[in-house]
Amino acid sequence: MIAARLALCVLTSLGAQRPSPRVLVWGGDAEGGAPFVEADPADPSQVRGFDVEVAARIARGLGGRTARFVQVQWSNIDQSVERGDFTLGLSGVEDTPTRRARHAVTLPYFEFREVLAVRPEDAGRIHGLADLRGRRVATLGATIAYDLLVAARDTTGVIPVSYDDDVHPYGDLARGRVDAVLLDHIIAQRALRRRGGSGFVILAQPVALGHYVGVLARANSALRDSVDAVLRQAMRDGTLEQIFRRWDVWDQSQGALFDRISRNADGAAGAAGAARTTRTAQALAYLPSLARAAFVTLLVSILSMALAVIVGLTLASGRVYGPVWVRVATTVYVEVIRGTPLLLQLFVIYYGLAGVVRLPAFLAAVLALGLNYGAYEAEIYRGALEAVPRMQLEAARTLGFSEWQILRLVRGPQALRFALAPMTNDFVALLKDSALVSVITVVELTKQTAIYATNAGSWVVPGALCALVYLAMSLPLARLARRLERRWRPA
Amino acid sequence: MNPLLVIDRLSVRYDSRDVLRALSLEVARGEIVALMGPSGVGKSTALRAVAALQAFDDGQIVVDGFALAPGPVPPESRLVPLRRRVGLVFQAHALFEHLTALDNITLALRHVLGRTRDEAEAVAMELLASLDVGPRASAWPGQLSGGEAQRVAIARALAPDPHLLLMDEPTAALDPARRGALGATLRRLCEQGRGLLVATHDAEFARVNADRVVSLTA
Repeated sequence: MIAARLALCVLTSLGAQRPSPRVLVWGGDAEGGAPFVEADPADPSQVRGFDVEVAARIARGLGGRTARFVQVQWSNIDQSVERGDFTLGLSGVEDTPTRRARHAVTLPYFEFREVLAVRPEDAGRIHGLADLRGRRVATLGATIAYDLLVAARDTTGVIPVSYDDDVHPYGDLARGRVDAVLLDHIIAQRALRRRGGSGFVILAQPVALGHYVGVLARANSALRDSVDAVLRQAMRDGTLEQIFRRWDVWDQSQGALFDRISRNADGAAGAAGAARTTRTAQALAYLPSLARAAFVTLLVSILSMALAVIVGLTLASGRVYGPVWVRVATTVYVEVIRGTPLLLQLFVIYYGLAGVVRLPAFLAAVLALGLNYGAYEAEIYRGALEAVPRMQLEAARTLGFSEWQILRLVRGPQALRFALAPMTNDFVALLKDSALVSVITVVELTKQTAIYATNAGSWVVPGALCALVYLAMSLPLARLARRLERRWRPA
Repeated sequence: MNPLLVIDRLSVRYDSRDVLRALSLEVARGEIVALMGPSGVGKSTALRAVAALQAFDDGQIVVDGFALAPGPVPPESRLVPLRRRVGLVFQAHALFEHLTALDNITLALRHVLGRTRDEAEAVAMELLASLDVGPRASAWPGQLSGGEAQRVAIARALAPDPHLLLMDEPTAALDPARRGALGATLRRLCEQGRGLLVATHDAEFARVNADRVVSLTA
């Protein structure tokens, strides 16, 4: 009877691994880098890191399987594991209540400290989040650290700044764009090594403790239990310690964690707590920050459009009225801007120019969007100016108007009418393109939704809410554009 | 008395092709001169050269003492005296689409001649009324019939009170009844002491209304 049950158990766990039962497919983000997962410098088609070795150890423990790596963006690990892209997500995945509520999560295998990094000259004054009132504190979006900062915004008044990666926060800290960085101690130490030990210091006192776990699809809890058994075994037999020592991340707190886990089989959920919230409550809790993010989207879009109109008018007048060299210069500008990705322009303005001028993220976002859309506006205005019949301009000349008067009284007003509809369409496009500025730490509507979705473990409600807000902004404008188009079409 | 307009051996070439070769003609005050010829013979080019919208290669144009020489069109700042002397009515009327009939006429009065809005509107209403389009003052160009648009265009060209009025194919868009009315209008204008040079390929219109006909041949 028992033997039959065991056999069934093994069969079902093997069945979860179709098509090849001898392989454990696991997902991680090699962009996160060492010591978690990184491309092997000796053979970039392979990955290495302590998470790679932990995955291999788990695979071996599951009946001698081999581990096969699948690259996945770090913030999408949960969604991908539910989709079945891989069986086990492992890449500095944090133990959070939401993750435990929505997925099958292993017991913690590593304890990390959330530590603050500050510039050396501030080290004497700043000892914790409480000393950072009104200061900008950077971190990786959608992490425990980010949640800590958002909570601290309300209590101690810090300004959270969210990044898409864990490298640029430290660069911006050294440059003075942010005043502190809150992240896992492994990441902080790695960043300090990369900078040759200078540029910032890591505060000894941790802000909080957290744990790395593996994540499996919710339906895969049986396999999760097997993984837990393998991890416990690896803690007992010292293989996990060897791995961490090899990667120089072993410390006393890991030993203490292993002890706790071996003493208490349920210790796994220690960090998780009970805080399960309903979807409705979660959505309601996010509404204020979504509203704030929608306001940022609208503000970025309006300011960028204003800049784009000024740039566009200047370029278009240059192309229509300027001497040859001005026409050539404006044409080059328009073609270069239209021929390169907006994303690249954002990076160049924010990071590329950082050595020359240190633009605040919001200003850099408005500049990049405005200069980019300026090129498109220029083409609209040029077309609109040229759509005013030449004969009307000649009629104006025979009546004695100067060129400037012709532009102001005859050509400009008519061109504006032709341009209004395409301009409105461009503004709608700009509204949506403004989502790109999240890559330079501006938290606008789409970014806020992504943070919400990661915390909620689902894109359904956040995605629908976000779409509604975008539509509420863009649909009336699109309607207006159609009406303007019907009314003032060039003859 | 000196003629209002003297065109002396006017030649225009495009890409070494003669568009106009040695055209000479005169228009006196109170006279309607028709410039006749088939399409493409250079009638419009001659009018545009007189209005300094078009460079010419040889010859001379003198409008009421103001001389235009061969070569590029001079900058507008040097053409101010000419602009006061010459009005041009385009074949397609070229009304400003964003302005009402009334504002088409007041625009130059206010911004070139510096009249107040009230003065300009009084002049414009008088002109529109004299051309039988007074009731259409507040209409947009797109709402006007071909004949109405033409009369508004005439009123606009007359607003700065030029001595010489140039008209390009004025009968092109008119039915026979309106053609007769146009003839009467032109006669009235030249009785006020203006000279009219009318480019047309409408021989009947020229025969009935012109004091003199100058024919261009291809």
